[in-house]
Amino acid sequence: MGTVILLTLTGLGLAALYFLVASGLSLVFGLADVLNFAHGLFLGVGAYATWWAAGNLPGAGSDGFGFVLAVVFGVAAGTLVAVLVELVLIRPLYSRTIEQVLVTVGLSLAGVALLQATWGADARPFPRPDWTRQVTGILGAQVPNGGLLLIIAAVLVLGALLAFLRWTRYGLVIRAGVENREMVTALGIDVRKAFTLVFAIGGAAAALAGALGGVYFGTVSPGQGSSLLIFAFIVVVIGGMGSVVGSAYAAVVVGLVQQFVNYYGTSGLGDICVVGLLAVVLLLRPQGIAGKVATA
Amino acid sequence: MTNSVVDAPPAQVPAELTPQRGRWHRVRPFLPLVALAVLAILPYSTISLPGIFEGPVNSPGTLQLLAICLIFGGLAAGYDLLFGRTGMLSFGHALYFAAGVYGTDILVTRAGLPLWQAALLTITGGTILAALLGAVALRTVGIAFAMVTLAFAQVGAILVARDFGGLTGGEEGLPLDVSGLPAGLVGVTNTVNLYWLALAYLTLVVFVVHRVSGSPTGRVLAGLRDDERRIGVLGLDPYRYKLVAFTLAGGLASAGGVVYCLIVGGASPHITSSELTLSLLVMVVLGGPGTRWGPVLGGVLYMYLDHRLTAFGTSDAVESLPAVLSRPLSQPLFVLGTLFILAVYFFPGGLTSLAPRLTHLRRSLRTRSDPR
Repeated sequence: MGTVILLTLTGLGLAALYFLVASGLSLVFGLADVLNFAHGLFLGVGAYATWWAAGNLPGAGSDGFGFVLAVVFGVAAGTLVAVLVELVLIRPLYSRTIEQVLVTVGLSLAGVALLQATWGADARPFPRPDWTRQVTGILGAQVPNGGLLLIIAAVLVLGALLAFLRWTRYGLVIRAGVENREMVTALGIDVRKAFTLVFAIGGAAAALAGALGGVYFGTVSPGQGSSLLIFAFIVVVIGGMGSVVGSAYAAVVVGLVQQFVNYYGTSGLGDICVVGLLAVVLLLRPQGIAGKVATA
Repeated sequence: MTNSVVDAPPAQVPAELTPQRGRWHRVRPFLPLVALAVLAILPYSTISLPGIFEGPVNSPGTLQLLAICLIFGGLAAGYDLLFGRTGMLSFGHALYFAAGVYGTDILVTRAGLPLWQAALLTITGGTILAALLGAVALRTVGIAFAMVTLAFAQVGAILVARDFGGLTGGEEGLPLDVSGLPAGLVGVTNTVNLYWLALAYLTLVVFVVHRVSGSPTGRVLAGLRDDERRIGVLGLDPYRYKLVAFTLAGGLASAGGVVYCLIVGGASPHITSSELTLSLLVMVVLGGPGTRWGPVLGGVLYMYLDHRLTAFGTSDAVESLPAVLSRPLSQPLFVLGTLFILAVYFFPGGLTSLAPRLTHLRRSLRTRSDPR
């Protein structure tokens, strides 16, 4: 029983990480039709900025309030990079989907290489508060606190995103834009402001994932983002592009499948099962769990 | 109903089939043959090009670098059959290349088959794999297709890295067992034979891609790239044509893997990574998608820069720069990624589009300087 609970909670921790990356990807894709390969870069920037802030920023540290400050700095850095990328690189290419993909591909290659050039290719130990190294006993399972932190953060982000989408004017514009962008434009609303906003939200969520993922894994390395990104893509497709709730469901399914199969089957089999799941979903329901048709 | 039949506009002839008027237009068709001949006799020269290659042209190190460049030129040309000619954005092309490399390596090293059998089995297997996975992936189109191919390639990467059944050697890779290979392909002194093999592979790919894109099937593929619905309206099945292109490109990639395995003398897991597919995309876009020589040029140049920029990054000229500049410049991927972004913005047709543009520029400058 303890094993099952442990696997469930660590699976949910993984799901939380996927959700934080995938929610932004999904919104960006749903609204702006940009398949953002540079999303892993935002994650890397968030992780490295947090790591840097904990060591160098006055007032920030690896414990208590200082750590919160470091994470805030990391998230701010990720958001800033995302907004800059949108304004400088993506905006001139709107409605040219392939070129946008190409630019984000180039950006992901160059950006990761830049991180590597600045801080080296090796993984660095991540500064984390002492309590995240410990475990909490839940129903007989010893669950690492870092995973619980991720789950709590993801639930908070999900709640905040849903509230934002439902009750604010910009949320309304984004929801309408995902459904029918031409109509929103025709009504005289500048949907491109919403694009920037969505990039900022996605960048912030990915940077948060980078910072908390650093806490969870205990290290930070330049390639971390791109390996997470592929599973985040899978989550986005399974969940349905443009749907935050769909991403949440899909992240939970993917995280749990991966964790359970990897434990009870051979290591690595879980990852393959996830891809099999993707193939099945695409063949049976190409639009994903919830969302607009992916095949367009 | 009227009987007047509106003549259909003549089918668009691909630019490479229309003879270009110019001073050299009679010579142009033979230029590829001349280039091939030059490349074929290159190993006999002992010229050394300091700064471009380390050591003379016929030294084994240079020949190996050239062979790898040629392989990737061919690989990029094969990938262009998907991306540039059919408009399919596949992020999983590395899988079929890796299937070629690992297939050959495993069949020779683990199963002890002679090379020709291993190569034949590998290419057949790679082609079948491409047909099967393509049949599933092509149920989707556009971005979803890109993601599905990416996910399939990821499975390949996981299979290789986790080393199921102890076949692939996991993270460490699998060195090729050379004891059963033909003597002419083994050893440093025989690098020249591998170079010729790579050249033959490149020639084969360019020839196949050229023949296919000039054939009626190639016209349909170009039509699919430009407007898929229209091909459907004409009564042709887009799915079948795309599957043909996908399978052919996969087969060509696995053949490239066979040669690459011989040149490098083994397999390592980094060739299964999605980064390789991304760099294929970079090669094609840098060179010029949908053209005959663009992808080849892009592939050769990319691999050359990828290898040489590492040496360039540690050279004195770069070391003496301030750290802010020298560190990024020592990362080949940073330089190439930046070049790639610039290419997407400023010369979308790739390197091959530069020549006509420069001609235009020169002509307009000339007319301005001497007004008639």
